[in-house]
Amino acid sequence: MPLFSKFSRRGILPGFGLTLGVTLLYFVIIVALPLLAMLYKSVNLGWGDFWTIISSERALATYRITVGAAALATMFNALFGVLLTWVLVRYDFPGRRFLDAVVDLPFALPTAVAGLALVTVFSANGWFGQYLEPLGIKVAYAPLGIALAMMFTSIPFVIRTVQPVLEDVATDVEEAARSLGASNWQIFSRIIWPAIFPAFIAGCSLSFARSLGEFGAIVFISGNLPFETEVMSLLVFIRLDEYDYPAAAALATVMLVTAFVMLFITNSIQAWQLRYAERS
Amino acid sequence: MQNAADLVAPAISSQASPRHGKPALRRVHWLLIASAIFLSILFIGVPMLVIFTYAFRGGVAVYFSQITQPATLHAIWLTVLTAIVVVPINMLFGICVAWLVTRFRFPGRRLLITFVEIPFSVSPIVAGVTYLFLYGSQGLLGPLLDSYDIKIMFTVPAIFLVSLFVTSPFVARELIPLMQAQGSEDEEAAITLGATGLQTFFYVTLPNIRWALLYGAVLCNARVMGEFGAVSVVSGAIRGQTNTLPLQIELLFNDYNVTGAFAASSTLALIAVVTLVLKYILERKQTS
Repeated sequence: MPLFSKFSRRGILPGFGLTLGVTLLYFVIIVALPLLAMLYKSVNLGWGDFWTIISSERALATYRITVGAAALATMFNALFGVLLTWVLVRYDFPGRRFLDAVVDLPFALPTAVAGLALVTVFSANGWFGQYLEPLGIKVAYAPLGIALAMMFTSIPFVIRTVQPVLEDVATDVEEAARSLGASNWQIFSRIIWPAIFPAFIAGCSLSFARSLGEFGAIVFISGNLPFETEVMSLLVFIRLDEYDYPAAAALATVMLVTAFVMLFITNSIQAWQLRYAERS
Repeated sequence: MQNAADLVAPAISSQASPRHGKPALRRVHWLLIASAIFLSILFIGVPMLVIFTYAFRGGVAVYFSQITQPATLHAIWLTVLTAIVVVPINMLFGICVAWLVTRFRFPGRRLLITFVEIPFSVSPIVAGVTYLFLYGSQGLLGPLLDSYDIKIMFTVPAIFLVSLFVTSPFVARELIPLMQAQGSEDEEAAITLGATGLQTFFYVTLPNIRWALLYGAVLCNARVMGEFGAVSVVSGAIRGQTNTLPLQIELLFNDYNVTGAFAASSTLALIAVVTLVLKYILERKQTS
């Protein structure tokens, strides 16, 4: 390991060369090489073909449906997440710890199982569907079902990002405000909300990013109709099934670039949140 | 049971308990608690309930006859095998990454942490597609593999590889913050006293991180067993050969065998519940 001795001299602990080598080798083989292989395939298409594929009518429809449903799911999870976090952190009630543990279930439950359960509950003769469909609310095999599947699979994001920050909001500041005559609403909107806002936005962007790429839960409930209930991930899968590999590569590249943009946004927000935390 | 847990460890925020405060405010508190519980039951409780209700709809005998169908049994075996192969490898990778980025300072360290977490932000479908364009006959290494008559796509090794991709950050993500917080004084003392690197790791580091390591492994395992999108791209879903349990669920559902699909789902739902229980226990062990 003489190559790395320049760095390992900084400490007395061994293993710098070994762990660096293993990490880089594993990362290149398992993560980087496949990603580059797909990008290479896309680049080989040439800009003209690439643009034709990703701007086709059917592709544009999937962007609209995916982004719309993801936005709806994220909005719901934002409200539900803040409510649940507030209740879990601020109040004490029987079953609080149980609720705190159960919140992670959507992450632990396989997406296919979630999709199967949701479509069964919301189909025309399901537990909820039988009451919703006569009212004209169609969830299963409709855009609303896509939003529901996205919502379920990303419930914990907002809660788990806001929870530690809300726990850290100093109660003495609130008590000071209260003793100075601030109302409950003033305390929430002027003290608590600004403190949890960066974490809240970070949680929302994680939730949104996850929803854009969701597949397993959606295939069960969406009905998969082109132009109506077809999401981006599903169109990629269909193109693969048709052995249209160039189209699959191009569309998957769009998803990958979108994911990287979302990752960049989330990381920037979290860096901002860190600065905010250090300042206060 | 939850009440007992609350007695043992008093709630962190009991100072804001709804038992205190003005009656009007107390009503708001209980209203918020009630709506949070109601929504959780509606969106998390009901889907869980429906899985077990439908799985046992025809009685226990029907349930077991569905579970023991050869194709479902094979899918269970393949899913377990994948976890046995993938989880230990990603545990080792996680330990390597965590040791590297928490025990040494070097240029590009922050970038490396971001890179390691990339699989979390990649859609499972995209993960599957990338492997297709590396090892598939249309892919980068396709011609090379063909010339040696090696087939990776649509075989069991492809399922292992794509599962390694999808779950590679799980263990590292649990270990990095913990090892960062613990610092390296203990290890430095051991080395100064003449311990070898391996002795230091097994007698000093490992006891400090064992619960977080196990916790990461449990989360990794849950994801490996439940992965659907990535596996469905690379497996070819050949019944009795390359069909994992989540894929088998979709097959049964498309065959209109709803009870069979729910019976298969109930095994994965049970694993999810066990995962949450273990997570709860391990988290408390690590922090205590």
